[in-house]
Amino acid sequence: MGIVGTNVPRVDGPAKVRGTARYVDDITFPGMLHGRTIRTTIPCGRITDLRFESDPAGFTVVDWRDIPGENCITHITDDQPCLVRSEVRHVAEPVLLLAHEDREALLGARVHIAYERGQPLLDPLRSTRFHKEVLIEQGDLARGFRAADLVVEGEYRTGHQEHAYIEPNGVIAVPEPNGGVTVYGSLQCPYFVHHALTRLLGLPDGLVRVVQTEVGGAFGGKEDYPSVIAGHAALLALKAKRPVKLVYDRAEDMWATTKRHPSIVRHRTGVTKRGKLVAMEIEVILDGGAYVTLSPVVLSRSCLHAAGAYRCPHVHVEGRAVFTNTPPNGAFRGFGAPQTQFAIEAHMDRVAEALGMDPARLRLLNALRPGDTTATGQTIGADCSALAVLREAVRRSGWRRKRAAWRGTNKGIGLALFRHGAGFTGSGEERLASRCSLATSERGVRILVASTEMGQGAHTTLAQIVADSLGIPFEQVEVAVPDTAEVPNSGPTVASRTCMVVGRILERCAHEMREGLGGLAPAEHFRLHGPLVVTKQYEPPPGVAWDEEHYRGDAYPTFAWGCDVAEVEYDPDTYEVKPTKLTLVQEFGRPINPVLALGQIEGGTAQAVGWALTEHVVMRDGGMANAQLTDYTIPTTLDTPRLATVMLENPYAHGPFGAKGVGELPFNGPAPAIVNALRHLGIDVREIPALPERVMEAARGRA
Amino acid sequence: MRTALSGLTLHEPRTVGTALRLLRTEGPLTPLAGCTDVYVQLQFGTLAAARFLDLSRLSALRRIRVRDETLVIGALATYTDLVRSRLVRRRLPMLVAAAREVGGPQIRHRGTIGGNIATGSPAGDALPVLAAAEAVVVLASSDGERRVPFTQFYTGYRASVLRPDELILAVEVPPLEGAQWFRKVGTRAAQAISKVVMAAVRGPRMRVALGSVAPMVVRVPRTEAALAAGAPIAEAQRVLGEEIQPIDDVRSTADYRRQVAMNLLARFWADTGG
Amino acid sequence: MAARKPAAPGPVAFTLNGGAVEMDAHPMARLLDVLREDLRLTGTKEGCGEGECGACTVLLDGDPVCSCLVPLAQVRGREVVTIEGLGGDHPLQRAFVEEGGAQCGACTPGMILAAVALPKHATLAEVRTGLAGNLCRCTGYEAIYRAIEKANKPSAVRRQPPGGSVEPKE
Repeated sequence: MGIVGTNVPRVDGPAKVRGTARYVDDITFPGMLHGRTIRTTIPCGRITDLRFESDPAGFTVVDWRDIPGENCITHITDDQPCLVRSEVRHVAEPVLLLAHEDREALLGARVHIAYERGQPLLDPLRSTRFHKEVLIEQGDLARGFRAADLVVEGEYRTGHQEHAYIEPNGVIAVPEPNGGVTVYGSLQCPYFVHHALTRLLGLPDGLVRVVQTEVGGAFGGKEDYPSVIAGHAALLALKAKRPVKLVYDRAEDMWATTKRHPSIVRHRTGVTKRGKLVAMEIEVILDGGAYVTLSPVVLSRSCLHAAGAYRCPHVHVEGRAVFTNTPPNGAFRGFGAPQTQFAIEAHMDRVAEALGMDPARLRLLNALRPGDTTATGQTIGADCSALAVLREAVRRSGWRRKRAAWRGTNKGIGLALFRHGAGFTGSGEERLASRCSLATSERGVRILVASTEMGQGAHTTLAQIVADSLGIPFEQVEVAVPDTAEVPNSGPTVASRTCMVVGRILERCAHEMREGLGGLAPAEHFRLHGPLVVTKQYEPPPGVAWDEEHYRGDAYPTFAWGCDVAEVEYDPDTYEVKPTKLTLVQEFGRPINPVLALGQIEGGTAQAVGWALTEHVVMRDGGMANAQLTDYTIPTTLDTPRLATVMLENPYAHGPFGAKGVGELPFNGPAPAIVNALRHLGIDVREIPALPERVMEAARGRA
Repeated sequence: MRTALSGLTLHEPRTVGTALRLLRTEGPLTPLAGCTDVYVQLQFGTLAAARFLDLSRLSALRRIRVRDETLVIGALATYTDLVRSRLVRRRLPMLVAAAREVGGPQIRHRGTIGGNIATGSPAGDALPVLAAAEAVVVLASSDGERRVPFTQFYTGYRASVLRPDELILAVEVPPLEGAQWFRKVGTRAAQAISKVVMAAVRGPRMRVALGSVAPMVVRVPRTEAALAAGAPIAEAQRVLGEEIQPIDDVRSTADYRRQVAMNLLARFWADTGG
Repeated sequence: MAARKPAAPGPVAFTLNGGAVEMDAHPMARLLDVLREDLRLTGTKEGCGEGECGACTVLLDGDPVCSCLVPLAQVRGREVVTIEGLGGDHPLQRAFVEEGGAQCGACTPGMILAAVALPKHATLAEVRTGLAGNLCRCTGYEAIYRAIEKANKPSAVRRQPPGGSVEPKE
C-alpha cells in the first residue's frame, strides 16, 4: 500500500501554521537597501522631462541608461522595456528606480516627470494592432449553417481579474563578489526570471542565480511579472553594490501588475431542431494591454477551448489578442480557457432556451465522446469523461427536480460542462524540454526541480510520486529549494503541468535510480558511494502530434473534465445574487493526494465565484481606479457557497500513477454555471462580473 | 505605510479633562480611537494631519448606560460593545443590526461609534440609525458640554459642527416608539462599504434615514410625510426617488442606489406590517 | 504659540505571548511593524495594510484585531498574542495541516488566531461570521471549516475517501 492516493500532510504545513515559513518580506540581508519604483501616471505619450529633485545623498537612482544588457523584459518577444526611455504606453509603466537605506527618505523622494500626452487606445474593439491572431477551422461552416434549423447568436464579455494573492510581489537582489547577482523572491518560474535577467544585465548564465522564497499565493500572477520586479531590484543592487529589497504594497501591486485578459467572445451557432450542433462560428477578442508578454499563448489556449466540450462537424474559431494602452495582462489560472468557456456555456443555455430543451439534455446530445474529433482534428480517447461528469453532476445535484420546482421563484439552478487541456499547448512541452533530477542524500533522496510550491501542494505530491516509484518511505524524500544554481530547468510551474509532466519525468528518474541502487536504501547507497544522480528529460507521450503552423492535431496530450451545477438565490430588492451551493464533479485522472486535490478544486471554484459576481476592476483613463482590497472585493467566508465535490477517476496512461493536471480545471465551470442559474430565474446576463448593477439592468427585462 | 512616522506626534492623555485641555492648547490635534479610518489614510499617505491625540485610555467614554430613559452610548463604545450590550439590544436593535454589518470581527473590536460619527463618511453604517433615532450628540470642550441634534450635526460632505477643540463624548438616544428596521447593501456580504444603507422607524412618527445616497447621511422628510399621510407605498417610493441625490462612483451607480433605496423602502414597509 | 512636543509617557510595556516586553519605538508605529521588525516575529503578515485581509491579525486582550491598524501606544498594559505564541502544536495548527486549511500559508497565521477566538463549539454560521475578516485566496474556506471542526472534535471520524466525494455538512 503506497503513499500515492493518501492524504499525507503537506510537507510545508508545519512551518506555515507556526508562522516560521519565510516569505521574501520576512528576510533581510546586512546592509540592505529598500527599493521604490517611480511610474508613469498617463496611459499614452512621451516623457519630456525627468528630474530627481531630492537631495541625492544616500540614494541610488537607476534609469534606462544604467541597463548593462538589453532594455527589455524577455518573454516571447522583446517589445516590453524594463524601464521607459521616452515612449509611454501605459499607466504605471516603470520609469525610474530608487534605493535608499532609510524607508522614510525613500518615501519622501521627489521625482518630477513631465509628459506630452498622446491619445490612448483603450477600447479593445477599436484596436487594429494585434499581438497575435489564431485561426482554427474544421469542416465547412456554410454547409453547417445550411443544415441548421435554428441559428442563435450572442456576445459574451468578461472583465479584468486581479489575482489578489495575499502576499504581494516582492524580491531581494543581492550583488555577488563575482560581478553577478542572486535574486530571492516570490515567483513561480525561477528559470523565466533567470533568462530575463541574463539578457537585461548582459551576464552569462553562471553569474545569475534565482532562488524561490516561500510564495504566498500566485495563480499565474507571479509567472511573468517577477521578471520585471527582479530586473528592477537587480539593477539597483548592482549599481548600489548592496542588497536591495523591492516589495510592493497592495496598492502598487494591484495598480501595476498583470491581470486576467478581458474578453469579448461572439458566437453564431447552428443547431438542428433535435438539438445537434452543426455549425459553430466563434470570434475571440482578448485585450492584451500594451505589450505582447504572454498574450499569444493565452489566445492560443482560449481558442483551443472556445468550442467547449462538444463535437461539431463545422467549426470556425478566429481569435486575436489586441493592443490597448493599459498595463499588460498576463497569466491567471485558466489562461484564456475560462473566458471562452464562459462564453460557450452561457451560449449553450441560450441555445437550449431557443430549442425549448433542458440545458443538461443539450449537453448530453453534444458532449464529446471517445472517438469524436475536436475542431483541431484531435481524436478524443478513453481519457474523456464529459458524459460521466455531466451525468454525475445532474444526478447528485437534484438537477431535474430543482429545475422544475424553482421555476418562477427567486432560486435558480444552472450548469456548465467544461474541460482543461493539461500541460503546455501543442509542441510547447517539447520546446521546454524539461529536465528533472533525483539525487541520493543523507536523508534518502532529493528531488531537484524548478517547480515551485506556491500552496498548491506541488512539493508534497511530487515527493509522494517519487516515494512510491522508488518504493521508499515518504519521510526519506525531500525537495530542494528551487534555486537555479542547484536544480535543472523542469519548466515553469504553470499550465496544470507540474504533477502530470514533471511528476512523470521524476517517476522515470525514480525507476532508473531504483535499478542503480542495487537493492540498497538510497541513504545507505549515499553513505557508501556518495551521491547518485539521475537526470531525465521530457519525452512526449506516444501518438501525440501537433502542427503549429496550421493549428491542427493534438492540442494537448489529455484533458481534464468537469461539470458544475450552481444554485443561487436572487434578491429582487437589491439585485444581489447569492450562490448557495455548488456541486462540482471533476475528473483529472486520479488524485495523488485527495486533500490537496480537493484544495485546488475548492480554491479554484471560490476564485471563479468572485470572477463571476463581485470582482470588478474599475478602469479609468487606462488604469485601475479601485486598487485597494476595500474596493476590489474578493469573496469572504460569507460570500462563498457550500461546495459538494466529487472526484471521478479515469487514470491517464501517461501521467504518473494515472494523474492529469487539476490546478486550473476547477476555474472554468462556476462562472457560466452561475450565469446559467440566473437565466433559469429569468435574468439574461452575458457579461461578468454579474454585479448587482448589471443584474438590475437585465432584471428590468425580466418576464 | 506611505506616511513617514518621524513627522508624527502623539499625545496620550489619561483623563478627559487633560484631553480637552490639550485640544485647546496644543491643537490642531486629530483624535485617535479605533484607528480603523485614520490608519488606512496613513497607509495610503492621504492624511494631511501629523499631530494626534490618543483617546483609548479614556475608559469613561466607553460606557453604555440608561439615564432617565435615555440610552447614553459613550463615544468609545466599539461595535462589539454595541452588539454585546443588552441595553442597546433592547432599546435600539437597529443599531445592533448596523454594528453587526460593520467590516468583520477585527474591525468591530476596534471601530467606535464616536469614530464613525467624527469621520462622517456618507457611507457610515451607524449614521442612518442615529439619524432615524433622532439621537443627540454630546460634545465637550474645555468650556463645557453642548448638545447637538444628530440631524444638525453634519453641514456637508465630511463636514460637521464639531470644533477643532471639541471631543464627542457620547450619543444620547431618547426612547423610540415603533418598529425599527435596518438594511445595508454592500459590495459583498462582509468587509464591505455600503452602497446603500437605510434605517427606518415605523411608529407614531415615521423616520427614514439613508447613507450613501447624498454627500452626508440624510433623513427624507418628504418621504416620511408621504408615509405618515397614508400614501400608497408606490407613491412614497416615487417621492424618495426624487428626494435623494446618489452618485456614480467606483463602487456603484446613481441609478442602482436610487432604485435599491426605493425597493428598500417598500421592503421596510412590508416587513413592519405591510 | 508653538506646539510643544508631547510629554513622553515612556516606552510601551505590554505582555507579548505571555512574556513582558517594553518597546521604545515611535508611539504611532504600527503594531504590525513593531512585531515584524523590532521584535523579529515575522509570523504576522502584511497583506494589505488597510484592515481588509486580516493576514495581520493578532489577539489583543483575546480579541482578534488587525495589527496594521493598531498604534504601539494603544497596546500599553495589554496582552498581545501572535502566531508564535500558540506554541506550535495547538490543535488548530495540527488540524490546519491535516485538513488542508493552509495552502500558501500567507493568510494562515491570521486565520488561525481568528479561529482561536471563535466560541468553543461554534456553529458553521458562527465560524463563517467569525472569520469574515480573514481573506483566503487559496482554499475557498471549506478546508478551513473542516480543520476547525476537527480541532474541536478530534475524535470525530472524517470521511476522506481517495477519489471519492466530499459533501458539505448542512
